[in-house]
Amino acid sequence: MNFQFVLDNLAALTVTGLTQGSIYALVALGYTLVYGVLRLINFAHSEVFMIGTFTTTIIWAALGFGVGAAAPSTLGVLGLILAAVLAAGAASGATALVVERVAYRPLRKRNAPPLIFLISAIGASVALMEAAGAITNRQPRGMPSLVFPKVQFSIFGADVTNLQLGIIFSALLMWVGLDTFINRSRLGRGVRAVAQNPEVAALMGVNKDRVIMLIFILGGAMAGAASVLYDVKVGLTTYSVGFLIGIKAFTAAVLGGIGNLRGALLGGLLLGVVENYGAGVFGNQWMDVVAFLVLVVVLLFRPNGLLGESLGRARA
Amino acid sequence: MLEVDNVTIRFGGVVALDGVDFVVREGEILGLIGPNGAGKTTCFNAITGVAKPTKGAIRFNGESVAGRKRYKITRLGIARTFQNIRLFPEMTALENVLVGADARHKTSVVGALLRVYRVPVKRHELAEVTATGGLARLAQQARRTGQRFFGLSRHTLEERAARAKATELLRLVGIDVRAGELARNLSYGEQRRLEIARALATEPGLLCLDEPAAGFNPAEKEELLALIRKIRDTGVTVLLIEHDMRLVMGVTDRIVVMEFGKKIAEGTPAEVRENPKVIAAYLGVPADAA
Amino acid sequence: MNALLESARRADERRAKAAIGIRDRWSSLPRPWRIAVLIAFIALLYSLPGLDIPLITTPDTDFTSVLFLCAVYVLVAVGLNVVIGLAGLLDLGYIGFYAVGAYTVAILGSPNSPVVVKYPWIVCVPIAIAVAMLSGVILGWPTLRLRGDYLAIVTLGFGEIIRVFALNSDITNGNRGINAVPTPSEADWPSWMTWFPTIHEGRPVFSVSSVIGFYWLALTVVIICMLGVRRLERSRVGRSWLAIREDEEAAELMGVPTFKYKLWAFAIGAALGGLSGALFFSKQTFINAQGFDLFTSILWVAAVVIGGAGNQLGVAVGAILLAYLPERFREFTDYRLLIFGVALIVMTIFRPQGLLPSRRRTVELEDRAKEAPVA
Repeated sequence: MNFQFVLDNLAALTVTGLTQGSIYALVALGYTLVYGVLRLINFAHSEVFMIGTFTTTIIWAALGFGVGAAAPSTLGVLGLILAAVLAAGAASGATALVVERVAYRPLRKRNAPPLIFLISAIGASVALMEAAGAITNRQPRGMPSLVFPKVQFSIFGADVTNLQLGIIFSALLMWVGLDTFINRSRLGRGVRAVAQNPEVAALMGVNKDRVIMLIFILGGAMAGAASVLYDVKVGLTTYSVGFLIGIKAFTAAVLGGIGNLRGALLGGLLLGVVENYGAGVFGNQWMDVVAFLVLVVVLLFRPNGLLGESLGRARA
Repeated sequence: MLEVDNVTIRFGGVVALDGVDFVVREGEILGLIGPNGAGKTTCFNAITGVAKPTKGAIRFNGESVAGRKRYKITRLGIARTFQNIRLFPEMTALENVLVGADARHKTSVVGALLRVYRVPVKRHELAEVTATGGLARLAQQARRTGQRFFGLSRHTLEERAARAKATELLRLVGIDVRAGELARNLSYGEQRRLEIARALATEPGLLCLDEPAAGFNPAEKEELLALIRKIRDTGVTVLLIEHDMRLVMGVTDRIVVMEFGKKIAEGTPAEVRENPKVIAAYLGVPADAA
Repeated sequence: MNALLESARRADERRAKAAIGIRDRWSSLPRPWRIAVLIAFIALLYSLPGLDIPLITTPDTDFTSVLFLCAVYVLVAVGLNVVIGLAGLLDLGYIGFYAVGAYTVAILGSPNSPVVVKYPWIVCVPIAIAVAMLSGVILGWPTLRLRGDYLAIVTLGFGEIIRVFALNSDITNGNRGINAVPTPSEADWPSWMTWFPTIHEGRPVFSVSSVIGFYWLALTVVIICMLGVRRLERSRVGRSWLAIREDEEAAELMGVPTFKYKLWAFAIGAALGGLSGALFFSKQTFINAQGFDLFTSILWVAAVVIGGAGNQLGVAVGAILLAYLPERFREFTDYRLLIFGVALIVMTIFRPQGLLPSRRRTVELEDRAKEAPVA
């Protein structure tokens, strides 16, 4: 155990934790949206993320930014990221929608018990993961570094790079966009209505199926955006990349209070930071253990997560 | 038997019960009536441990209910039904009642697994040898001899007694022919009756019925009244929440009237009927004007 | 396409009807007959390694080893069924208990573990069961008060924690693992057993090269455990579990100490998981953190639900399919999980009640089917 190390590098660990956590937070939004409306753990969401990471490499390669390509100009970087976010968002959103159509909707029509939904979700997850594994021959796929980390400024002795800054800022931007959409737009109001009370919402003329499609697309798009950030940060992806990130993101969602958009953000960032501290104290290999222990402890004291559950009352 | 002593319950800023005070006497049928939202079900929830009183005490046979686990309150002798039926839908009617009966059983998990706690049985209590075929007869005889020497496990004895009791209760509420049917397949009326049978199986001293006649037609209501009287005659005290004034008047010994979380009247049906506050509460006229 | 789906659905309905018909006929048989048939069936199970049945035997792997794996998986499924099928608690990290059981035997029984004791197998296994059970109680005590959905993620975390611990701790030798995990007995086959094919006098009963002893041991354990769980199922314990699964609050108000019974379900499930881990790694004789991944754990849950949660025979079938099919069809190694995933989705759409539903579920789903056209 190495508390001194953590104390000495608190700021640096916090910054790296926030970076990792903002990716968790974006993925967590997908879990939270679906859970808030359907009370369903969308197990296949991790694969939605995975599809995004591959889409990013494909679209970059198509735009001439393959392995071995030189680092593009600043404008080029922005263009590539924008293209990747659009493509990965679209691909992930489409994947999420397909999962909903194929794996969940038939069960919903039949009013199946919750356990069955979970199994179907596991099936979809395994099928997507293995399909990707078969296509890529289970080989990881690398990509050139898009952004070379360059220290921008220091805060409390921690160097903050442009990469970290960009990731955190992009994640916050996406989150604000989603939160505004859910809370201010007409479609978002429909989502909140269904989350609060499906029967009443139906009486008020909200089309539940449309709302469900919407949340899967939105959640998928957020995962797609997260996958771009992940690719930029890590520079490597593989068919099983979604599993651990998915579990972490779900943990983050529960930590903050599942069904609650702010909870997903808070939970994600907190999880990233705390597991980084934990890794500092106990060593990297114990990172996941720390993450789960934090979750258990939080749930014991706040059984509904830090901010409580409720998509419907997210504004309150 | 049951004393509800100055009980107040607040949910956040809302006062659901405000200093409610009443007593249920042994052997009577007490009606608890009032308009919607008067706090009747909250009152039930407080008695059965679902809601915790903010202030005041509830005593059953002198023992405080507060702070007790819900299943322990049930074992103390208070059973209830639910306004919105809550059976175990994928268990049979008989099994539903058996769950209630289990409240009085002593078999432990290890006991159910190993069945080593044996109780000696008398010869006439042993199962008859009924089979005529050679092998089957031999098997039954061997079983009988085994029981003669080793007795029966407590599990077996309790199970037998419980089945007999459950069948008896199903007959009492009039759905014994449906014993093997899944609860979810029973009709609405049958489900309401099954709830009563399940509650009775816990051998309560006090039975709390939460709008048992909701959704019944007049003939069914009449039958229910007879059933409630029959239950009282077996020595069970009944606390009855009811919306339908006529029904309550017909069956109860005394009535407590609630409005806006407060008790506004108490007395015999005749007294309550004449009470101006009650008339006002039900007809929506201010008390002074009536 | 739709016509094809429709005909598949109808064929499946017929299969299910037939299964139910067999079950009804079965339960109407007189008891001695049932026992006789059951004994014959069990005898068949014991003699499977000696019968060289075409099509069933696995061409690429030792058939007896596959049978052993099936038996272990059935034991896993029986334990998991108590937790998921009966008590309705979603445990996604069941593999953690399996690992705890396996490691306990390895650590206490192997001379090469960091703990320098060497207890015989027969001492290690009860300790392993107890330790697994204890870990179930320790995990369950705080978490069983949580809502059901959260239990899933917390158990998942538990499974991962155990794996990471096994990988990084000194007591488990980290990734180097522990070899020389004790076998049940050092005895050799006696001469009077040589009538059975593949058994040779003087060879050890429990050896990696001839797994028949392990298979028979595992099969025996499975039968005992299934009978035990059946006893619980048909007592107040099983009733309480079902009531909790159906409506926890109502159960509590009907006098069921819900927390206590949930904890028992968890503990019994954990004990069976620990036992199966101990059995499996006694045959492997080598253990490291590989093979305790959460993915396997999730596949187990899937096997239980596919087979028909709540029905012991059903979950056994699910477990056997999960263990057997990949071994039988090795040539599809690359695609087997893909096929499995698709099969899961198709399954849930066509037969959400599992291959062999519990009696209750059958009736219920027929009802739902009848209600569907109305709604």
